[in-house]
Amino acid sequence: MAVEIQVRVNGKTHDSRVEPRLLLVHYLRDVLGLTGTHIGCETSLCGACTVLLDGKAVKSCTVLAVQADGSEVTTIEGLAAQAPGNGAKGGLHPVQEGFWEKHGLQCGYCTPGMILTSVQLLEDNPDPSEAEIRRALAGNLCRCTGYQHIIEAVRYAAKKMSKGKR
Amino acid sequence: MIPAAFEYHVPKTLEETLRLLERHGDEAKVLAGGHSLLPLMKLRLAAPRYVIDIGRLRGMSYIREENGQIAIGALTTHADLESSALLLMRCPLLPETAAEIGDVQVRNRGTLGGSLAHADPAGDYPASILALDAEIIAASTAGTRTICARDFFVDMLTTQLRPGEILSQVRVPPLAPRTGAAYCKLHQPASGFAIVGVAARLTLGKGGKIDSAAVGITGVGPKAYRAAAVEKALRGKKPSPKLLADAARHAAQGVEPLSDLHASAEYRREMAAVFTRRALERAIARAQGKKA
Repeated sequence: MAVEIQVRVNGKTHDSRVEPRLLLVHYLRDVLGLTGTHIGCETSLCGACTVLLDGKAVKSCTVLAVQADGSEVTTIEGLAAQAPGNGAKGGLHPVQEGFWEKHGLQCGYCTPGMILTSVQLLEDNPDPSEAEIRRALAGNLCRCTGYQHIIEAVRYAAKKMSKGKR
Repeated sequence: MIPAAFEYHVPKTLEETLRLLERHGDEAKVLAGGHSLLPLMKLRLAAPRYVIDIGRLRGMSYIREENGQIAIGALTTHADLESSALLLMRCPLLPETAAEIGDVQVRNRGTLGGSLAHADPAGDYPASILALDAEIIAASTAGTRTICARDFFVDMLTTQLRPGEILSQVRVPPLAPRTGAAYCKLHQPASGFAIVGVAARLTLGKGGKIDSAAVGITGVGPKAYRAAAVEKALRGKKPSPKLLADAARHAAQGVEPLSDLHASAEYRREMAAVFTRRALERAIARAQGKKA
């Protein structure tokens, strides 16, 4: 039996009727058409499906859409608009810019998840050490072995965001 | 990987939850953060007819001092435990354990109550809950009862909780004077689950001898257990590296270790001794007021 849910995704409210067993990642991709959230392992290990649920990084393959009822979701599509000073005029979030500038990706499959996990990290800890970045990203796997550049991308974003606050 | 269909309930209160559980009995599963239950449902290892979502019940996520103990609500997440100022000061073993679970995303969603009720043989909390002699509060329409940690774990994925009961709270004692505790874990590198996880809590007497020792071990057997032989070998003795290493050799005594593609039974037995020694060393150093 379908259940009514209301979820605010990237600042826009969606009222949907969903099957209770629908996973949040399928809701985002198949119902809302937001395919920037990737499906990797489907077993809560790889982190490709990471989104922010009420500001916290979660693996959307291990959350039911009904569990997000009444919540706020940020996906990679909505991140730039939430960056300070960006508004709706586009541009990149500082973490996205870091991945661009520091070549933090090769194939790009893990990138949306990496970026959203990094966003939560920098919110909790604006100046993380390399060890702290590695620990924060332990739940996001990159099969291109691009970790070093990813660390540099996050450090770039940390610097840029702390400058913006000064 | 999509779960089998189920009927979904979102009760507004604990009372309503308990009535639903009473009505549906063992056909119902309680969903909190979903990080134990949903993986099982996606693999179709579990296909409950009713899912009762308590994830957003009010007043079940808290960490507070109560009658000389620390009471923790079942819906408290691993991330909340990891960063709780109260626990870091009064019962640092729990934050140390929570920090070893999964990854950031898992710790953001997974809950203490859900993890304990699931009783995964490779879960982290059972070791610490046992070493702390914690109490687990189970609620049902008939009222609440207290289960001590030693009795709580029955077998692989099986606890003392009865159909119709919900784990509502965990109570742990604050760290006593001259006491040190530590959790040391060998991670399965892909999943992060414990191949071996050892929680030790040691109290020194005024003369520097070990007054009391509690050691909980997870990952090794089908359920977490207290390493009674290790504890016995320590009690009343003056701590030395040799004593700790000798005691640690009894870590898997009386236990038939699990064997799987990640670790053979022999390897688990060996690692149980290694990680028990490490946990004891760290706990002793902390009890002596050293940084460890």
